[in-house]
Amino acid sequence: MAMQKNLDPLLEEISGPTPAQVLRKRVVGHKGLIFGLFIVFLLVLVAIFAPLLAPHSPYEQSLGNRMVEPVFMGGTWEHPLGTDHLGRDYLSRLIYGARVSLLIGLVAALISGTIGTAMGVAAGYFGGKVDAVVTFLINVRLAMPVVLVALAVVAILGGSLQVVIGVLGLLLWDRFAVVMRASTLQVRRREYVAAAQAIGASTSRVVLSEIMPNIVNNLIVIVTLEMAHAILLEATLSFLGLGVQPPTPSWGLMVSEGKNMMLFEPWLVLIPGVVLFVLVLAINLMGDGLRDVTAPDSRS
Amino acid sequence: MLPFILKRLGLALLVAFTVSFISFSLLFLSGDPASALAGETASGEDVEAIRVLYGFDRPMLVQYGEWLFQAVQGNFGESYYFKLPVSTLIADRLTVTMTLGLCGITFALLTAVPLGVAAAVRPNSIVDRVALFISVAGQAMPSFWFALILIVVFAIQLGWLPPSGASTWRHFVMPTIVLGYYAMPAIMRLTRAGMLEVLNSDYIRTARAKGAGEGRVMFKHALRNAIIPVVSLAAVQMGFMLGGSIVVESVFALHGAGYLAWESIARNDLPTVQALILIFSMFYIIFTFLADVLNAWLDPRMRSS
Repeated sequence: MAMQKNLDPLLEEISGPTPAQVLRKRVVGHKGLIFGLFIVFLLVLVAIFAPLLAPHSPYEQSLGNRMVEPVFMGGTWEHPLGTDHLGRDYLSRLIYGARVSLLIGLVAALISGTIGTAMGVAAGYFGGKVDAVVTFLINVRLAMPVVLVALAVVAILGGSLQVVIGVLGLLLWDRFAVVMRASTLQVRRREYVAAAQAIGASTSRVVLSEIMPNIVNNLIVIVTLEMAHAILLEATLSFLGLGVQPPTPSWGLMVSEGKNMMLFEPWLVLIPGVVLFVLVLAINLMGDGLRDVTAPDSRS
Repeated sequence: MLPFILKRLGLALLVAFTVSFISFSLLFLSGDPASALAGETASGEDVEAIRVLYGFDRPMLVQYGEWLFQAVQGNFGESYYFKLPVSTLIADRLTVTMTLGLCGITFALLTAVPLGVAAAVRPNSIVDRVALFISVAGQAMPSFWFALILIVVFAIQLGWLPPSGASTWRHFVMPTIVLGYYAMPAIMRLTRAGMLEVLNSDYIRTARAKGAGEGRVMFKHALRNAIIPVVSLAAVQMGFMLGGSIVVESVFALHGAGYLAWESIARNDLPTVQALILIFSMFYIIFTFLADVLNAWLDPRMRSS
C-alpha cells in the first residue's frame, strides 16, 4: 500500500493523464457539447416535472380568455406566454409539449437503433450474403420518401402517440445500419477479435463483448442525432395534421394551430418553433460534441 | 466501366421492384381498404359493393401484379377523388415539383460550395465559424417553421413576395430558399472537408512550389478534386428534396406533386398516394444511379467496389 502510494506520482509522470482524465478535460473544453448537454438536461427536467412547473392545465380551455398576449407584449404574469385560440395557457402547453417531443424522440431512436444496429453489426461481422442483403435493404429504405410514407401510414392507422413512435422507429434505422456496419467492419479486423475467435468464443460472445464495446461510442452519437431527426419529423407530421392529434400538446401541432392567426399574432407560431429549434439544435450539438470527444484520432 | 454500370443498373431495378411492392402493400395496412374507403358510416352492402368495384376482393398479390403491369406502362389507375387518370393528374403537378427541386438544389450548391471553400481556405476564421453556424442552424431548423417565418417577414411585414401560389417566378423564391437550406448543410460540410483534405495533399504543395497562382491552385487543382463527392451528394440530396417538397409545398400552397400527395393522403385517395410514393422513390433511385455512374466516370477507383 505504502509502496503503491510512493509510486503513484511517478506512474502519473510516466503515463500522463488517465483516459478518464483526458475525456473529462476534452468534455469541459468543448463548448458545443457543454451547451447541448445543458439545454437537453434542462428540457428533460422540465418534461419530468411538467405537472409541478406548469402554471395551468395544458388542456383547460377558457373561451373568454382567448389569445391573451404574452407578458413581453403587454400581457400579464397570469399567462406568461399568453393563451392560444382556445384560451389554453401557452406556457403550460409548451412545458407538456417537451414530454411529447422527448418521449417520441427517445423511444423512436431506441427502436430504430435496435433494428439498425442488429442489421449493421450482422452485415459487418458476417459479410458475404448477409452484408449483401442488409446493403440492399438499406438501399430500399433510403429510396422510400420518409415524410410521405410516414404520413400515409399514420393516416391509415390513425394518429396517436404510439403509431407515430412506431412508424418513426421503423423508418429511421438506415443511418444506424450504415454506421454500425462500417464500424463493425473496422473492428472485426483487429487482433483481439481474432484472439477471441481463436480461443473458441461463440459468435454472440465475440459480438457482445469484443465488438460492441468498441463501437458503442459511434452508436451513442447516432442515437442522439436520430433522436433529433425523430423529434423534427414528429413536429412535421403533427404540423401537417397527420401526427399527434389535438388536444395533445405537441410543438408541431401548436405551430399548425397558430398558423391561422399568424397575421395578427405571430408569437403563436414563433414561440413553439423557437423551442423546437433550440431542442433539436442542442441535441445535435450534443451528438457532434460526443463524436469529437470520443473520436480516437483526436485523443492525443 | 460497362460491367459497373450493368451491375449498378441491376441493383437499381431490384430496389425499384422492392419499393414498388412496399408502396403498394403499405396501403393494405389498415386490413381492409374497402371499408376505409367507404367511411365509418357505410353499410355492409356498400362496403361489399366497393370491394368488388375496385377489385379488393381478389388476392393481394394478384392486385399487385396487375397494378405493377399497368404502372410500368405509365397507367396508375383512376383517382378516387378527382375521377381522373392518376398519371394525368401527376404529370401536371410534377412540373412544379421538378422546377422547385432544381431551383432548390441550385440555390443550395451556389451557397454551400463557395461557403465550404471559403471555410476550408481559412479554417477557424470568422468565415469558417459563420459557415459552421449556418450549417448547424440549418440542420435544426424545422422547415415548416422556417417557411412560416419567411412568410411573416417577406410576405406580410415587408410585402416583397407573394405568400402562396405558383403563378410567377416570385412565388418560387421563398420555397426555393426553404428547400435549398434543407440540403445546404450536408453539401457545405462535405465541400469543406474535401477541400481541407485536398489542400493538404502533395500535389497542391507541388503546384504551389511550381509557382502557380493561388486562384489557379484553388480552382484548377483543389476544387476540381474536392467537388467529385459533392456532385454525387447533390444528386442524392435532390432525390431527398423531392420527397421533402411535401412540407414546403403544403406551407406555400404550391400545387405540385408534394401538395397533391398531402391532399390525397387526407382524402384516402389510394391510387394517387401509391403512385406518388412510387414516383418519388423512382426519382431517388434514378438520381443515386446517375450519381454513382458519374462518380465512377470521374474517379476510376470507384468502379471496383
